[in-house]
Amino acid sequence: MIEAISDFWMNRPPALLWGLAGVFTALTLGAIMAAILPRLRPGGDYRNLQLRVNSWWAMAALLSGALLGGWPAMTALFALVSFLALKEFLSLAPTPREDRLLILAAYLTIPVSYAFVAADIYMFYLVFVPVYVFMAVPTAMAMIGQTHDYLPRASVFHFAVVTCVYNLGYVALLMRVPDWEAPQAGPAGLVFMLLLATEGNDVAQYVTGKLFGRRKILPKVSPNKTWEGFLGGWILTAALIVLVGPKLTPFEGVGLWTLAITLPLAGFAGDVTMSAVKRDIGVKDTSAFIPGHGGVLDRADSLVFTAPLFFHLLALFHVQTY
Amino acid sequence: MGWLRLLLLVLIARPLARIIAGADVYGREHLPLKGPAIVVANHNSHVDTLLMLSIFPARALPRVRPAAAADYFLANPVVGWFSRHVIGIVPVERKKGGAGTDVLAPAREALAQGDIVLIYPEGTRGDASDRLQPLKTGVARLAAAFPEAPVIPAWIAGAGRVLPKGETVPVPLNCSVHVGPPLRWSGDKDAFMEEVRAALERLHAQAPPLRWSEAEDT
Repeated sequence: MIEAISDFWMNRPPALLWGLAGVFTALTLGAIMAAILPRLRPGGDYRNLQLRVNSWWAMAALLSGALLGGWPAMTALFALVSFLALKEFLSLAPTPREDRLLILAAYLTIPVSYAFVAADIYMFYLVFVPVYVFMAVPTAMAMIGQTHDYLPRASVFHFAVVTCVYNLGYVALLMRVPDWEAPQAGPAGLVFMLLLATEGNDVAQYVTGKLFGRRKILPKVSPNKTWEGFLGGWILTAALIVLVGPKLTPFEGVGLWTLAITLPLAGFAGDVTMSAVKRDIGVKDTSAFIPGHGGVLDRADSLVFTAPLFFHLLALFHVQTY
Repeated sequence: MGWLRLLLLVLIARPLARIIAGADVYGREHLPLKGPAIVVANHNSHVDTLLMLSIFPARALPRVRPAAAADYFLANPVVGWFSRHVIGIVPVERKKGGAGTDVLAPAREALAQGDIVLIYPEGTRGDASDRLQPLKTGVARLAAAFPEAPVIPAWIAGAGRVLPKGETVPVPLNCSVHVGPPLRWSGDKDAFMEEVRAALERLHAQAPPLRWSEAEDT
């Protein structure tokens, strides 16, 4: 029993274990800060901070479990994340009553898309949502016989499925990269790097924005975002990728620098795109599912854009399988 | 039987409600944990009851009793058994009103026992148009009979999209439940009903917008 447990840990890539240890150390520091801040500066409202920190623990525990558990765990976890995100999106989007069964059908893209991940059929994954779901949805709508607002309605479905199912699914797909293609820390190292850089970028943008933010970058879409936060996040995240990337992933040279420069931009783009959608719909958060953070889609908005970019740069520069 | 109901509600109804309706609850602190208390909510779907039963903490659940139409829920023995013993309904004999029968007797009895009675004062499910239908005054009569019982308003947003009246297949979509501060029986039926309606409309205004429209008015 004890041997089995120690074998399990010995067989995990050391770089990944160090990375996870780093994340949990940071979370512990965060929890200590959240506990002592109210005593240092009494009077402020720290309930939200504590909720946020607690939710980070829960999310880190779930993701670490999936990273250590391998591709089946990660596929199951992200199928669930896709379901929750798609449910949030379709709940907020303008969808007429006639499209009820179409909404139900949109959920069916999740098992199909993730089945291609599980079966490791990259080619099918690649075209299923963007090509075939793209054709099926408007066809089904035409069959129902409703032509009112036809194009906007079809677009809502396509936007929802591509962002919540297809783009997020790339995280699970990364776990299918063969071990020999990523000898540094295996496929889990790839996913860990993606998540660390994406969430790190969110945090770095927020912190540098709070500290130095002066000039608004997109006042019409996201009034709290500043140029200082955007640039601070970009520089810090790029530095993180250049420093940590080679330890966890096969990224090096031109590939590494391309990733370092473009990933923070993609994260920012995902964030403001989802903000624009929320502004259009008239809500602040996509739901209250994650205490202190809002909805699943609020938390995963940057990942929606960074996950495919990370995968494609990896495939382009360093992996022969794809 | 009580333990079976609690198990089914906590282990099956609650996760099911989270998955298909994922309710965000606002104003949870206003939910009554002991009776006698009356909860009034808008009604568009069978999902309403599932949601309401899923947001109470387990220790309050044995006390929560949804008022439901006897002519609908007790018409068939299987549904009737399920309604009585799992949902824990308080039957309301809608059709016997005015015939000299006290249709609210079971609800009064429940309140006298210290239960939390959940009432949909619209009387029946609305058409999911997200508008509050005219309210029946039974809730005022109950409040008058138990003036010490708080009346807690709750607005359920989105359940009518998950499973509208007349449909059989539920579609997973997020709902939210907005619970307001308790009202007290004021001594006047019309004024009290107006207070209930105003409280429900206030909660309605807090709910996120529902973009669920008939094709004609999109």
